[in-house]
Amino acid sequence: MAGGMFHQLDQTARNLLPFSVTILAMLVGMVPLPLPGYAMVTVPLMLMCLFYWVIHRPDLLRPLVVFMIGLLQDLIGGTPIGMTSMVLITAYWLLITQRRFFLGRSFVMLWIGFALVATGAAVVQWAVFALMTAKILDAGPVLVQAVLGVALFPLMAWLLQRLHRAYLS
Amino acid sequence: MKTRNSGSVVRLAAPLWGMVQRFHFPLLILAAIALMMIGHVNGNAVDVARTRVTDAVSPVLNVMSRPAASVADGLEYFRQLVDLHDENARLREENARLRQWEQAALRMDAENRSLRSLLSFKPDPAATVVTGRVVGDPGGAFVRTVVVTVGAREGVERGQAVMSGQGLVGRIVQVGEWSSRVLLITDLNARIPVVLESSRQRAMLAGDNSDHPLLTYLPPNSEVTRGERVFTSGHGGLFPPGLPVGIVEKGADGKPRVVPMADLSRLEHVQVIDFGTTGGVAAEATQPGAMK
Repeated sequence: MAGGMFHQLDQTARNLLPFSVTILAMLVGMVPLPLPGYAMVTVPLMLMCLFYWVIHRPDLLRPLVVFMIGLLQDLIGGTPIGMTSMVLITAYWLLITQRRFFLGRSFVMLWIGFALVATGAAVVQWAVFALMTAKILDAGPVLVQAVLGVALFPLMAWLLQRLHRAYLS
Repeated sequence: MKTRNSGSVVRLAAPLWGMVQRFHFPLLILAAIALMMIGHVNGNAVDVARTRVTDAVSPVLNVMSRPAASVADGLEYFRQLVDLHDENARLREENARLRQWEQAALRMDAENRSLRSLLSFKPDPAATVVTGRVVGDPGGAFVRTVVVTVGAREGVERGQAVMSGQGLVGRIVQVGEWSSRVLLITDLNARIPVVLESSRQRAMLAGDNSDHPLLTYLPPNSEVTRGERVFTSGHGGLFPPGLPVGIVEKGADGKPRVVPMADLSRLEHVQVIDFGTTGGVAAEATQPGAMK
């Protein structure tokens, strides 16, 4: 009986991994690094997590949860409330429909996929801010951010894969 | 479990639930857009929520930002070791120069005091300072804000000026119990009335998300010299006059810009300054749409 309960607890804790990793990625992204220009081009760590988990374990990261995470990010970040949710949910939608395509493919295809998603996210962010401030803004920062994300994606994917294999297989 | 699919409620609810399942994503996206609109119209409710959430998360950020800060300190230490000798020579020279300035300043201070006593000049009230740690710069690409570890408990109020050692950093826009948010002078929504040091030309410093905010509302034929220093003018009652802001430069597009004296990309500790005059109506009036 007790063993069963602990087994369940253990399983629940393991199942919470995608969620906790994504939250952690959000918080890490907010820590100030004393690098010149870093605040401008925060690496989209959260998007990478989302990308990985939606393709590999979408059952453990439900859309509603992603929506809430996005909301949390907006509340803390001072960005227009609902914007990150929209970006993440759009990415989720896109990915879940293309999931089968990505699953069987090589890493390079995944990488290209992420590049597309990151660019899309950058465009949506830019558009929302431009609409909100009724100004044509410099799209440089978001594009740099997307490029940085694409450059660091292999590292993050490797880390996530390690976690995935260690706790969820 | 078997009875789950029977019963009239379920018969009605099942297709509805099916619809929700099917249009999950469009519904969530619509919800997000609705939230954006609500946030745009009803800023206050969102601000309250922001304050609460930021308060709740700031202790976590505080802990998480420490390793990053120590790593940065360590790197800085080694970098300094490398050019210790040159740095020493430079500092010695600077020290000699500053001593001369100190003498001049002391002389002028005495003179100033005697002249003021002649004019029965009313001095500005003394400022009180609260120092806080910067624990997060969560805004991303289009928002320039930082979260600091001082809040209402330390007497921080909305609208107060925030300085780092060298110059103006920004202004408090959101105050929680033990955390608050600073809108940096580079943010798109930041507007600060300033005055140029030698020409006494007034202007508005307008952030545009770049590192060097723009000087706007200058008269068309006014002379702006590069290297001139910029101070807050105190107009609008938001900031006290005379806080150092930055140095004028010509931007790549030929427009006059200001290089902030404070290095905004490596803020570690900042001082929130209470001059006893900020807050109230003036602070609210220059708060269009708050954070947006």
